Amino acid sequence: EAFEETPMLVAVLTYVGYGVLTLFGYLRDFMRQWKIEKCQNATERAEQKDFVPLYQDFENFYNRNLYTRIRDSWNRPICSVPGAKVDMMERVSHDYNWTFTYTGRVIKDIINMGSYNYLGFAQKAGTCQEAAAEVLSQYGAGVCSTRQEMGNLDKHEELEELVARFLGVESAMAYGMGFATNSMNIPALVGKGCLILSDELNHASLVLGARLSGATIRIFKHNNMQSLEKLLKDAIVHGQPRTRRPWKKILILVEGIYSMEGSIVRLPEVIALKKKYKSYLYLDEAHSIGALGPSGRGVVEYFGLSPEDVDVMMGTFTKSFGAAGGYIGGKKELIDYLRTYSHSAVYATSLSPPVVEQVITSMKCIMGEDGTTVGKARVQQLAENTRYFRRRLKEMGFIIYGNEDSPVVPLMLYMPAKIGCFSVRASFKPY
Amino acid sequence: MDIKSLKNYLYWLYCQFELITCSYLMEPWEKLLFYTFNITMLVMVLYTAYIFVPVHISTAFQFFLHLLGNQHENTVSLVK
Repeated sequence: EAFEETPMLVAVLTYVGYGVLTLFGYLRDFMRQWKIEKCQNATERAEQKDFVPLYQDFENFYNRNLYTRIRDSWNRPICSVPGAKVDMMERVSHDYNWTFTYTGRVIKDIINMGSYNYLGFAQKAGTCQEAAAEVLSQYGAGVCSTRQEMGNLDKHEELEELVARFLGVESAMAYGMGFATNSMNIPALVGKGCLILSDELNHASLVLGARLSGATIRIFKHNNMQSLEKLLKDAIVHGQPRTRRPWKKILILVEGIYSMEGSIVRLPEVIALKKKYKSYLYLDEAHSIGALGPSGRGVVEYFGLSPEDVDVMMGTFTKSFGAAGGYIGGKKELIDYLRTYSHSAVYATSLSPPVVEQVITSMKCIMGEDGTTVGKARVQQLAENTRYFRRRLKEMGFIIYGNEDSPVVPLMLYMPAKIGCFSVRASFKPY
Repeated sequence: MDIKSLKNYLYWLYCQFELITCSYLMEPWEKLLFYTFNITMLVMVLYTAYIFVPVHISTAFQFFLHLLGNQHENTVSLVK
């Protein structure tokens, strides 16, 4: 696992680039202020000039002067299923990315390296699509209710039983949205008087869930077991801040694969620490389920550990299964508790039936229960592709972060102009 | 063939310069302003170097010669 140091020259030149753009940003702001140039971003109305200024902070300055220059690299509309190749709608901007117009042309067959479609189950033809289409004609698309009212279909029960078998846990529950699985279930598990130890680089959904719960949050350095152990020791020895009472619960929040760095959590060490200090572990396998491990069962299988060691196994169906939604797996008492007390179960609409069928079909395919070896072949092909891709990029001289086995490959570009140029040249220059 | 690869190399160098100083992202009038400023500063620095560097070098050379010259005279008198 490597986070290569930035070369000194590259760091200095990046600062030079940002410095030049900042200077030009000040110049452009000056021109907008004195009406030499038309102001095209949001400003306050004339009547609100004496109110608290809304657009003077650095974030808005950055937005106006730096982000807008390279804005055409993001939010690009695609018009086909995001498989290995994708079709993109062509858009042009005549005023340097302030407004976009569609030319009407569609750029076909762009190699897709950005989707989370790890095993290629997002297809428009194949067994998954046929099964989902049949369920769509049988059940319709809408559920129109929450899980606890009228939204509990037999498809959901089938899915949950399948997920529990897939993960090797006693029971599982599925939710409609992966982000909401984290942010709505962590408040149901911990509350005031509990301690959350969260990794530095955790996803926004975990951070939101931790903050909503009202528990005390302490951050340990990314994947750093000494930092985590120190925090655990302090928590056990000193207890709660003022009263010195012992913490009601200590929950460690980690992810299987971190989506921005491509690093894999040190699960054996975390589990050893968890057992030593008697705390609970919440593992978010959003990117690693289906993508790691010899048979795609996730980071627990990748390290050869038992799923019973992890108290709460959370994951999403969005990435490897080509559907939407999330799940939580664990002991039967835990899942029964969550069925009653989770915000998502009470208030959120349950999963749509065709989506459930997509998950069921793709999961059976990965497990091999549909009678073919397609799933296993895909998992192994993903591992080979990951290694090959990383090796070749390193040979070409790029700086790549993260673990050798993680399918998330961050390629460092550093300079702002290179980001814009790379994106444009990669997709519009004919291959 | 050599001229072509040399021209490609120079074009690649120019592209790198554009990307590093972010003039790839600037509008044409901003590019004009930026390049004018840079080229003016570069010309001024070169002109200053052209006028003053020979004078500075010869002054420094004289200074060191004077230092070494004095030492040489002293050692000569001692030997005598």
